[in-house]
Amino acid sequence: MLESHMSHSKSASILDARILVPAVGGTFRKLDPRSLARNPVMFVVAAVSALTTILLVKDILTGGGNIGFSFQIVLWLWFTVLFANFAEAVAEGRGKAQAESLRRTRTETQARLLASAAGDDYKVVPGNSLKVGDIVLVEAGDIIPSDGEVIEGVASVNEAAITGESAPVIRESGGDRSAVTGGTQVLSDRIRVRVTAAAGSTFIDRMIGLVEGAERQKTPNEIALNILLAGMTLIFVLATVTIPSFASYAGGAIPVIVLVALFVTLIPTTIGALLSAIGIAGMDRLVRFNVLAMSGRAVEAAGDVDTLLLDKTGTITLGNRQAAEFRPVRGVTERELADAAQLASLADETPEGRSIVVLAKEKYNIRARDMAGLHATFVPFTAQSRMSGVDLEGSTIRKGAVEAVLKHVEQGAVAAGSAHIGSETIREIRAVADDIARQGGTPLAVVKDGRLLGVVYLKDIVKGGIRERFAELRRMGIRTVMITGDNPMTAAAIAAEAGVDDFLAQATPENKLALIREEQAKGKLVAMCGDGTNDAPALAQADVGVAMNTGTVAAREAGNMVDLDSDPTKLIEIVEIGKQLLMTRGALTTFSIANDIAKYFAIIPAMFLAFYPQLGALNVMGLATPQSAILSAIIFNALIIVALIPLSLKGVSYRAVGAGALLSRNLTIYGLGGIVAPFVGIKAIDMAVTAIGLV
Amino acid sequence: MTMNGWIQILIFFGIVIALVKPLGGYINRVMNGDRTPLSIVFGSVERGLYRLAGTDEKEEQHWTTYMAAMLFFNLAGFLLLYLLQRAQGFLPFNPAGLGAVSADSSFNTAVSFMTNTNWQGYAGESTMSYLTQMAGVTVQNFVSAAVGVAGAMAIIRGFARASAKSVGNFWVDLTRATLYILLPICVVGSLVLVWQGVPQNLNPYTVAATLEGGQQTIAQGPVASQMIIKHLGTNGGGFFNANSAHPFENPTALTNLLHLVSIFAISFAMLNVFGRQVGNQKQGWALLGVIGAIVVAGVVIVYWAEAAGNPLAHALGVEGGNLEGKETRFGLALSSLFAVVTTSASTGAVNGMHDSLMPLGGLVPLFNMQIPPLGGIGAGVYGVLIFAILAVFIAGLMVGRTPEYLGKKIEAKEVKMSILAMLGPSLAILVFTAIAVVVPVGLSSIQDAGPHGFSEVLYAYTSGANNNGSAFAGLSANTPFYNITIGLAMLMGRFLLIVPVLAIAGSLAAKKTVPASAGTLPTTGPLFIGLVIGVTLIVGGLTFFPALALGPIVEHFALLAGQTF
Repeated sequence: MLESHMSHSKSASILDARILVPAVGGTFRKLDPRSLARNPVMFVVAAVSALTTILLVKDILTGGGNIGFSFQIVLWLWFTVLFANFAEAVAEGRGKAQAESLRRTRTETQARLLASAAGDDYKVVPGNSLKVGDIVLVEAGDIIPSDGEVIEGVASVNEAAITGESAPVIRESGGDRSAVTGGTQVLSDRIRVRVTAAAGSTFIDRMIGLVEGAERQKTPNEIALNILLAGMTLIFVLATVTIPSFASYAGGAIPVIVLVALFVTLIPTTIGALLSAIGIAGMDRLVRFNVLAMSGRAVEAAGDVDTLLLDKTGTITLGNRQAAEFRPVRGVTERELADAAQLASLADETPEGRSIVVLAKEKYNIRARDMAGLHATFVPFTAQSRMSGVDLEGSTIRKGAVEAVLKHVEQGAVAAGSAHIGSETIREIRAVADDIARQGGTPLAVVKDGRLLGVVYLKDIVKGGIRERFAELRRMGIRTVMITGDNPMTAAAIAAEAGVDDFLAQATPENKLALIREEQAKGKLVAMCGDGTNDAPALAQADVGVAMNTGTVAAREAGNMVDLDSDPTKLIEIVEIGKQLLMTRGALTTFSIANDIAKYFAIIPAMFLAFYPQLGALNVMGLATPQSAILSAIIFNALIIVALIPLSLKGVSYRAVGAGALLSRNLTIYGLGGIVAPFVGIKAIDMAVTAIGLV
Repeated sequence: MTMNGWIQILIFFGIVIALVKPLGGYINRVMNGDRTPLSIVFGSVERGLYRLAGTDEKEEQHWTTYMAAMLFFNLAGFLLLYLLQRAQGFLPFNPAGLGAVSADSSFNTAVSFMTNTNWQGYAGESTMSYLTQMAGVTVQNFVSAAVGVAGAMAIIRGFARASAKSVGNFWVDLTRATLYILLPICVVGSLVLVWQGVPQNLNPYTVAATLEGGQQTIAQGPVASQMIIKHLGTNGGGFFNANSAHPFENPTALTNLLHLVSIFAISFAMLNVFGRQVGNQKQGWALLGVIGAIVVAGVVIVYWAEAAGNPLAHALGVEGGNLEGKETRFGLALSSLFAVVTTSASTGAVNGMHDSLMPLGGLVPLFNMQIPPLGGIGAGVYGVLIFAILAVFIAGLMVGRTPEYLGKKIEAKEVKMSILAMLGPSLAILVFTAIAVVVPVGLSSIQDAGPHGFSEVLYAYTSGANNNGSAFAGLSANTPFYNITIGLAMLMGRFLLIVPVLAIAGSLAAKKTVPASAGTLPTTGPLFIGLVIGVTLIVGGLTFFPALALGPIVEHFALLAGQTF
């Protein structure tokens, strides 16, 4: 479901007119030198474009030079800059559309500011005047004025504004679901909320900033890549500025416009133009996936993750255990046990209870009976008894944790004055229970009128397909560690069934934190998700900490990503998105550099032909004339930027194969492809340029 | 091309490859300070030297301290050699009564030997006294090579160590490399050369009467001792002007083979040391694969070009390959091999005239010197590592992780320093060539017209910046202009490379080592080798494409069209 959700939004928006049209405006606004200066390669291109424009104007005024040719080169130089701006504007545009819809939710709200936490007196104030620590009352139909924590009450809240999910969610004081987000709407009940964010720094404000790219800072990896690109630009400055001197020795002269054309085609303009678009698109891909990264650095770190800590419940297993088997003690039939267990569960609305009813029906064809018809009274589960069951027609049936049931039986026997039940039966029950625990299940003992019948095997159901996912992760070089509160024996069994690499049993916030530190000491990057306040230290320590949107304020503050859908399974996709971002950068860098070979073969012979006609032999593409060769190279160089915008926005597809296989695949496509493509492209453009008669 | 020629080439590569592991193992032990059989002989000498210098061999240095020590040592060596040349007229061991060397030539020569370049703007036998040759030149032949080994050890340790503050001790590395590696091999090698007929004496030049009744002055001197270190230390500075083409330097096929093998011996073994230090010898073999593939391709091209010969000579009825400028006792195969090997390991010794190579035959040595992965003793190690770092950075992203090489994350600092290391030598080559081919003082030294003359100048600065030292010849470089500019090119080529390399060493040593997983970019195997070669040729090589096009490439096409320059 998640994947389809993602691919749907990916394909929907790349060529959306609502984004493309405003992007054209942005393209020109970005010609502002301050904006260009953020990108060294494109800044240099803009600078030489300006220089050649001045030379062109001079030529026109003095009537010198080949004005028609120079004009076309200058035009394409400016197109190169504009195409780069356009790529960035399109990438930002996708975020902007989203920011717009978020802004609508931030419309002016009125808040009921309470005079004190306890009292009911309030005065109505504008929502944006609230300060951190203020307490507000929110009732059904109200928009929650700011981020906060529920300190009293429980309410159903519509969070569609931020999650896009229209089904209401429950928010209540205490526990792990106490955080509310400004801009969401209370549907029922009333809650008191302590404001935790001032106007302008709320969750939605941050989200708007993030998706618009306003707060975008260059990530470490992007900085390193920019250094490489700037360095290569410098190297090609050297290669081109020395040419006039070499040429003059050979008795020739090279027009400045031709040198500029060579220089611009050689420097890595393709990746330079698309670099920021790739970064914005990566962030945007997460947003579309309903995950908010607090920084680009976090997205990059996701690609580098070595160890994934996954909570067992909800991620690896279905949230609920299901009855899998009835195991009677000697002298009791399975059917007898099933019957009693079903009766005890008829009124038990928990998923476990319902699964017992279903299993008895499926396996022994025992139909669920009507409680009222049986004159039965339901005995609900309590923390004291740790059992539930029914009383009917004089008999009592209970089911519960093995130790609790044994204690109940013991007490019953003492009360009745009868001899205590056979220690053999107890031993048998315990043996069965241990066996079930070893298999990763939970044993539930059943007793009827003081007589132990047997044990129901409640099984943790490992999610379908999760084993394959872990195998995939292993191929990606990522180690998975299952985190569970279960005892080591149970944990080991589930770990083996799910195919995780390791597990942490009887997990506490402390040993979770210790595990993360231990992994990091080995140089590994760790990702985890969590929602509770006690998860906060671990979330903060992890390199990628994904907080669930349903979680507490503390957890949301500690993590560097927030999952609006609160689905811990997404951690795996987050890693893939991170990898995709890095791969896209690498692929386009490789492509950009590999392109240089063909460009040399197009321009060098054209450049020197006037004084060394022998170099015509290097014109392996058979380009028509020196002018058409140079023009074709510069046109190819500009158009390739536009051609690669969709790829930079969509990202290079990631496959969970080993690094070696991935490298050879990408090297073939972007390395070899990068060498070959421009030979074909420049030749085709040359033919077109000659056919139209541009030169 | 003959079968015999290929067999000789194969024997050479066979010996070189066979030496890699044992020599690498030995050097590794020495540089780690472990006991070796030679510890009995040199152990006390080593400790004595440390005591004399007040060095504690256990004390490690931060990369900046290591660099400061190296620069200080080089400055001292430069001054000593400069002063020896200027004052040799007043000093002993000068039977030929040679006077002071000119200031600009002394500067050039002192820089040249201090930087392991051994560019010789002068003719050895008619310029330098025995004292200058032995106490100045030969000493620098040893220590400049040892400095290269030290630099390589520093960056190797950067990869091998984790969360460390230091990269080794320069003085200790220098001493060990000289004492246990260079000196013993040279003693043995010199004896072999003497056996083969290379002179080793302090006699005055012999004056002989020729059959035609003329008089000939036969230069000689302590040749053998300088010969072996010249190749082993990838120095290349000949005792005689004719270098290894001179029968006293390189009399037989066996000495030729010994020279060739010693050029690659330590450079290649250092990559094995690299593999051993990082705990996986395959890592070293992969880098050797990069260098080996480029070298073999070069040998094939040069041998083919030379064996194919000159079409203009063929038109005149002269059959066969291009023998101009070659010693017939070595023939086409060994001359071609020597030209490639000497320029691949930044040595600069020659056994034939590179100026007389066919255009494509001359293109290969030129290109070899322009790409950093083919560098001399030590410099080759960090040259290839820099390109491995760049290749890992560019392509490493394509596996979806922050690029890592041997568990070290390649980040902004490493990229910046790698780029600087590439930029320095390129700057020296291109800018000085650009100046020399337009200013009158530069142009007046060029012997040939057109692209060939251009190649001569380009070759000179390339040779200097690569710290190679071989000359294409045809350029009268012993002029103040060339002495100073080539001197600067050598300094830039040496120090603008080694300083960033040490910075990388320090930065890598301080990093944690990330354990490898299935998601880690594999850095052994053909794919990686191909990748590094690709990056080297595209990023390293394309910088020089315009210049090469105006030199050997245009000359090649012109020659095909029947035009010479």
